[in-house]
Amino acid sequence: MSEQEQKLSNKSLVMRLLGVVGGMFLFGFALVPLYDVFCEITGINGKTRGQAIYQKKEIDHDRLVTISFIADVKRGMPWEFKPMENVVKVKPGELNEVRFYARNRANEDIVGQSVPSISPSEGALYLNKTECFCFDQQRLAAGEEIEMPMKFYIDADLPEDISHLTLSYQLYNVTEAFAGDSVAAK
Amino acid sequence: MADHHPTGLKRWLFTTNHKDIGSMYLWFSFVMFIIGGAMAMVIRAELYQPGLQFVDPNFFNSMTTMHGLIMVFGAVMPSMVGLANWLIPMQIGAPDMALPRMNNWSFWILPFAFTLLLSSLFMDGGAPNFGWTFYAPLSTTYGPPSTDFFILGVHMMGISSIMGAINVIVTVFNMRAPGMTLMKMPLFVWTWVITAFLLIMVMPVLAGAVTMMLTDRHFGTSFFDAAGGGDPVLFQHIFWFFGHPEVYIMILPAFGVASEIIPAFARKKLFGYSSMVYATASIALLSFVVWAHHMFTVGMPVAGELFFMIATMLIAVPTGVKVFNWVATMWQGSMTFETPMLFAIAFVILFTIGGFSGVMLAMAPVDFQYHDTYFVVAHFHYVLFPGAIFGTTAAVYYWLPKWTGKMYNEKLGKLHFWLSMIFVNLTFFPMHFSGLAGMPRRIPDYNMMFADFNQLASIGAFGLGLTQILFLAILIKTIWGKAEKSSDKPWDGATGLEWEQLPCPAPYHTFDTPPKVS
Ligand SMILES: [Cu+2]
Repeated sequence: MSEQEQKLSNKSLVMRLLGVVGGMFLFGFALVPLYDVFCEITGINGKTRGQAIYQKKEIDHDRLVTISFIADVKRGMPWEFKPMENVVKVKPGELNEVRFYARNRANEDIVGQSVPSISPSEGALYLNKTECFCFDQQRLAAGEEIEMPMKFYIDADLPEDISHLTLSYQLYNVTEAFAGDSVAAK
Repeated sequence: MADHHPTGLKRWLFTTNHKDIGSMYLWFSFVMFIIGGAMAMVIRAELYQPGLQFVDPNFFNSMTTMHGLIMVFGAVMPSMVGLANWLIPMQIGAPDMALPRMNNWSFWILPFAFTLLLSSLFMDGGAPNFGWTFYAPLSTTYGPPSTDFFILGVHMMGISSIMGAINVIVTVFNMRAPGMTLMKMPLFVWTWVITAFLLIMVMPVLAGAVTMMLTDRHFGTSFFDAAGGGDPVLFQHIFWFFGHPEVYIMILPAFGVASEIIPAFARKKLFGYSSMVYATASIALLSFVVWAHHMFTVGMPVAGELFFMIATMLIAVPTGVKVFNWVATMWQGSMTFETPMLFAIAFVILFTIGGFSGVMLAMAPVDFQYHDTYFVVAHFHYVLFPGAIFGTTAAVYYWLPKWTGKMYNEKLGKLHFWLSMIFVNLTFFPMHFSGLAGMPRRIPDYNMMFADFNQLASIGAFGLGLTQILFLAILIKTIWGKAEKSSDKPWDGATGLEWEQLPCPAPYHTFDTPPKVS
């Protein structure tokens, strides 16, 4: 191979390798939506899905599923936040309503965003919410308190071995960071 | 061609010679090895007894973090690139690396990258303190201000190793001497090409991860922030997609070194050359589908745990093939035990111990006990110190006569080996036990019940650290001090173009006309 040919063939190989590098850099970012899609299809990271629509369902009267609720505030969130009922027993297919209580203990307006998570995560696909405060952000004035409704039904297809689901909400202070975009509804 | 070249500082700044650049890489990595080692001494001093003695917890966390980063990116990876620079052109009969200017550049980025990283030690809020794995949100929401210097540093070292990897691939594909077919290449070259492909596949993903961290910290994105719709678990997936292949990036070249040295001192051909090549390639391929074995306790469906558990345990098969081949090469050979061979044999034995604890960690149900304990620390130090670092050390002793034309002192070399061998086990073996008993990693204080194991480990670590100063002394004495001249072929079992067709020391320019390959 002459020196000229050598240079050309080096150059074309370098270009192809740089293509791989660029492609893998983009792949790193592509993992973000891929991860979301993968988790949504399989429901394995415990995120509930967006708003569901309730149509009259066959109610399974022979089965009771226990649902417990947990509410936590993250660091830097000066709200009191708790479920008004800690545990409910529901029949699959039936539409239920529970309420959460929140009060802003700070002396300024605060915007909150709650993020849901279900355990065991395999149950996430079967808990459908038709209405949830986590679909929106809440703005509370200093000292203001609210009761927030959440309506849900359990899919009758819930696997037999799951008799107990825990739905946990983490409440974040998003006054500065993300006010305006609501996230859980995505 | 005449054997003259510029001298003084300019020679090193502007050099495009693969041997100069190889030497600079090796010395750079040794400096980093000493700095990272000093940090390990701080850690072991603090852990010598329970309670808080010398440093405050935040600084302790900075030490574990910086020790990991410096050793992985500053000591092990550059030392392997240094060996590649010195050896690959000579072993395939090429006059130099294919892209000599880029070669210069990829080295000279490193001192700047690590100056940035090390400067964070002197900043307000301290150096990065979230562990070398920099999980979000520890490194995003709660990271100290110096985290941004860390991000820039990681970007720079990433660019450096990508350029180094591209250089290796182009050199091996385009610059081989006529007759040097792929399946005739020495195994060191093979393992390095495969390493280079791993590097260009995963270093860009790491670059993506730190870029996302940067935008999460400063530009209002929320890739890893649940409040904004992101997910911190996503960070772990992206990180380990890079992280698991990264551990093979650190060890594969050492596999290559062992596969050169063991046949030379057993005076036999390497057993199962082609199976070695295929085993290395399959280890590399499998490394892309096992990353979540670092995340068994994060929460995964049973199907996921099973998949990653089985895929991980599958890696033991090609690795077992390699260990079998090394042992079979020694079987009935006329072995002698000079320093490089001692380090290579210790490499095989101790790396295998690290491999076994790796198989234990691969089992999802028991990983729940081992996760984040000293058992994990014991495991990866067994594959990194007596694995990657013994591999590099063996290579340095083996090729030192080729590089310098002089012979190291065999007595001192053996002393270096035996002290390293004793202290490396004294340091890391007790960690298996404290880990199984439940001692968590990355914490400056511990329960009284772990005191004895930690005292042993600390004594071992101080000895191991001092022993490496002996290594430095041996190198200085050989290169600049009084040392015996080496014959052109100091190892009678050595094979390969660099031993058969070049004198010791190898001239500044080699193979300007391609050699004949039989
Ligand atoms: Cu791994």
